[in-house]
Amino acid sequence: MTTYRFKTPVSEEDVRKLRVGDIIYVSGTLVTARDEAHKRALEYYEEGKKLPVDFEGIALYHCGPIVKKVNDEWIAVAAGPTTSTRMDLFEAEFIEKFRVRIIIGKGGMGERTTEACKKYGAVYCAFIGGAAVLAANAIKRIKGVEWLDLGMPEALWIFEVENFGPLTVTIDSHGNNLHREVMSRVEANRDTIYKKLKLKG
Amino acid sequence: MSLVQKIEDTVVNLLRLAVTRLPKDVKDALKTAYEKEVDETAKTQLKAILDNIMLAEKTERPMCQDTGVIIFYVKVGNEFKELGKLPEILRTATIRATKEIPLRPNAVHPISQKNSGDNTGRYIPYINWEIIQGDFLEITAFPKGGGSENMSRLGMLKPGEGIDGMKKFVIDTVLHAGGQPCPPVILGVGIGGGADIAMKLAKKALLRPITERHEDPEIAKLEQELLEAVNESGIGPMGLGGRTTALGVNIEYAHRHPASYPVGVVVQCWAARRASARIYSDGAVEYLTHEVGEK
Repeated sequence: MTTYRFKTPVSEEDVRKLRVGDIIYVSGTLVTARDEAHKRALEYYEEGKKLPVDFEGIALYHCGPIVKKVNDEWIAVAAGPTTSTRMDLFEAEFIEKFRVRIIIGKGGMGERTTEACKKYGAVYCAFIGGAAVLAANAIKRIKGVEWLDLGMPEALWIFEVENFGPLTVTIDSHGNNLHREVMSRVEANRDTIYKKLKLKG
Repeated sequence: MSLVQKIEDTVVNLLRLAVTRLPKDVKDALKTAYEKEVDETAKTQLKAILDNIMLAEKTERPMCQDTGVIIFYVKVGNEFKELGKLPEILRTATIRATKEIPLRPNAVHPISQKNSGDNTGRYIPYINWEIIQGDFLEITAFPKGGGSENMSRLGMLKPGEGIDGMKKFVIDTVLHAGGQPCPPVILGVGIGGGADIAMKLAKKALLRPITERHEDPEIAKLEQELLEAVNESGIGPMGLGGRTTALGVNIEYAHRHPASYPVGVVVQCWAARRASARIYSDGAVEYLTHEVGEK
């Protein structure tokens, strides 16, 4: 387990160094995207339209923040991660088309995303569910917002962050998936627990 | 200041305390979990949770962006003045707290899908009433997050499955949930009564500090046994593996129908938010879960 500090843009070479269990802190540009933004970005790609944000090498954050406007400037009040599995529908394609290198969320992602991370060189990192203040504290400035018509949580929020983390690499670019590993160990523990409680399986 | 105003201010205060400061028993349990943990990944998660809690206290900001659906538990003395005004006071206080703290608006109409914007709506905030003797009022603010609530389950077991069935149901609920409810969790278990009673008791059990065991030694033993069993699962903090999957298991029970064995499990995330105060008819206020200086 190694700790890394990255500044965006992050290269494929950078993320290929990472292994499941490593801790990273990200500085630079972080862009939020949930279901709707993923969907629209891929539609834009199909139609050959230019995206308002270049995703290559930056960090993508599954998050619907609480923001408020103070004197014409947006401020992040709370910005914890949302459940990533919902984005499994889009993420493999998103990685392939836009070459995003770091994906941040909670709860892990599935096989297709794991495969895409391996093939194109990306990692998925888990951030602590609910750690809203810790996250907001690392957001130094909101550089901009795009697609606000999708609503506050679904818009693309462009954050400038400093030492955003700790982020635990749970899907690396070598085919490892910590969520899958833990859940298979947990499944193996089921019998031990049943036995301990003298239960029939 | 009128008693009505005093109650309203106290309730706003309770909601603020609840979302910005965890009760001591939960905070201590998270610290102990961190000290006991040997897995590096799990340690990192717990450290970040503790840092987040500290930062929330310091900056008076909600510790989690999901400030939950607003639930109150109210014990009211038969001689307490202003009893009839309480529902309105709790509603007004909820709207004020949503703006002032702020809380995330979390009350959505289930058919039109429209968010009311102020955390109130039909039956929301939800109020659990209990009538007691005396001239005081005890209010607990209990904002409950959605992610962990989604992992809660009801089992209508066969009486023949009995206690073993109940244990298996609790374990299966935790294993099925994995990392989704943001562990380390606290489990509220309600046994008996009927479908609604078991779920209500399961949630009510979460009001008891995790340092206190049930008064019935048999139930207390079950709580300890289930806690140890759950922590052998290896799910760990945020489901990334580790020793601490649950900080506590609290059980409550009611007598059951001979033909039913209802078991309710309510899952509570690490942000186990609750704050209580006692308000007397003469306006005196006593905070029960948090240390509060004179305001």
